[in-house]
Amino acid sequence: MSETPLLEVEGLDVTFPGRGGAVRAARDVSFTLGRERLAIVGESGSGKSTTGRAILGLIPAPGIVSARKLTFDGMDLRRLGEKGWSRLRGKRLAMVMQDPKYSLNPVQRVGAQIMETYRLHRKTDRRDCARRALAMLEAVRINDPETVFRLYPHQLSGGMGQRVMIAMMLIGEPDLLIADEPTSALDVTVQTQVLRILDDLVAERGMGLIFITHNLTLVSSFCDRALVMYAGRVVEQCDAKRLDQARHPYTRALVASAPSLDFPRAELMTVKRDPAWLA
Amino acid sequence: MSDAPSIVLERLAVTFTHEGRRIPAVRDVSFAVAPGETFGIVGESGSGKSTVLKAIAGLVAPTGGRVSIGGRVMAPRRERADRRHLQYVFQDPYGSLHPRQTVDRALREPLEIHRLPDRETRILSALADVGLEARHRFRYPHQLSGGQRQRVAIARALILSPGALLLDEPTSALDVSVQAEILNLISRLRREHALTTIFVTHDLAVVAHLCERIAIMRLGEIVEILTVEELRHNAARQPYGRELIAASRGFTRDARALASEPSDDE
Repeated sequence: MSETPLLEVEGLDVTFPGRGGAVRAARDVSFTLGRERLAIVGESGSGKSTTGRAILGLIPAPGIVSARKLTFDGMDLRRLGEKGWSRLRGKRLAMVMQDPKYSLNPVQRVGAQIMETYRLHRKTDRRDCARRALAMLEAVRINDPETVFRLYPHQLSGGMGQRVMIAMMLIGEPDLLIADEPTSALDVTVQTQVLRILDDLVAERGMGLIFITHNLTLVSSFCDRALVMYAGRVVEQCDAKRLDQARHPYTRALVASAPSLDFPRAELMTVKRDPAWLA
Repeated sequence: MSDAPSIVLERLAVTFTHEGRRIPAVRDVSFAVAPGETFGIVGESGSGKSTVLKAIAGLVAPTGGRVSIGGRVMAPRRERADRRHLQYVFQDPYGSLHPRQTVDRALREPLEIHRLPDRETRILSALADVGLEARHRFRYPHQLSGGQRQRVAIARALILSPGALLLDEPTSALDVSVQAEILNLISRLRREHALTTIFVTHDLAVVAHLCERIAIMRLGEIVEILTVEELRHNAARQPYGRELIAASRGFTRDARALASEPSDDE
């Protein structure tokens, strides 16, 4: 880990005003990220995706984002204008979404989409771009990059689509990648390959990774640290390997409610939600 | 209540024809599930696991082999009594409940189709059976949580007192804590009602939690059938089975553990 953190988040709040009163999707979220794999875990509606999007400035109006501190590599993200964001996003900060079906342009060939990301950020010619895009497809373990380069998204399987999207996000060589359930739509054997790619980027290039997931097995086997979110709040931060020794009752209940191959249980524990967790 | 039947598949084959092309979805699948047993089928997408379940239920017609339930070979077109005997729960409770019908209507319809008496009593006891309250009875699906909707789908299956329950990824769309509630419910119900159960999922931990024996499918065929102990200790005999179980245990940084990386075969 470097001395100054790559990302510092302090007191992040995301609020969506609504007719029935404002919904506070993230409340007072604080954490720092180095060149490591940080998991954000939680159930649907816990605010984990909202937190990821807020870091990238992707909360749509009328959503309101506020934070005491939101810095990426020393830059204050709160003061960034549209121009500043477009210089940063795709190049130094990138996000992989869960479903390639909704994140790839259906009427543009895969190769062109990957090249576009690169051309936006580097002054280079077409040929160099194409070479980079092909190299990137190879890096995400696509067997026949030349063929895939010319395909449309609907011609790809789910696993290939996901890898294409990762190639698109990684071609700018980001320092921070936010991956929102990047493997949930994939079969387990393909999931392993995608994780290996992300793992290499952290280990070899020193990229920082925020891995948003609900899969506790992946958190403990893949990540370094974990933030556990509940109802918009971070209820616990812990070593990902020690998730089973977590202290917060919600984390403990979450771990005990998942069936496990190693520890058979006659009955699974269910989560008894304590109103005190919201205090 | 009906008695739990045995379910026997002999060389089942299902081939779909799409734009003149023949796509073999299920090939030569045979297994026997004893009365009251809970049998699991696991596999990745496109392995044919759901198609096997649909063929057992009579929702797709087999193109080869036979399906016997309770010792009787099933005709391609099922009798109403056979349909009642086998009930199906789908993955997506949002998709399997009519958005403009109340819970009461969803539970009443199967009773009307199968001309069963005492509908009031049956509806109330089915709701209680799956842990729903009388106040949920006149709600619409959008007024229920995902877990409550899946409870309604299970109640709708059980209201006909079937002998067998076919479950197709019933918890995949749910959060872990809600999944735990539904899995506990399924465990209790199949015990209390002595049901023969076939559970299809991609999640090995879920199938190990519920099932005594597990078939691993790939590309339309059964690769092998394991006991739950063999699954837990990764005593699979085939390389694919071992790889699938290893991958389900989480990420490993030891590259040799996954020497045989699958190719892009789509």
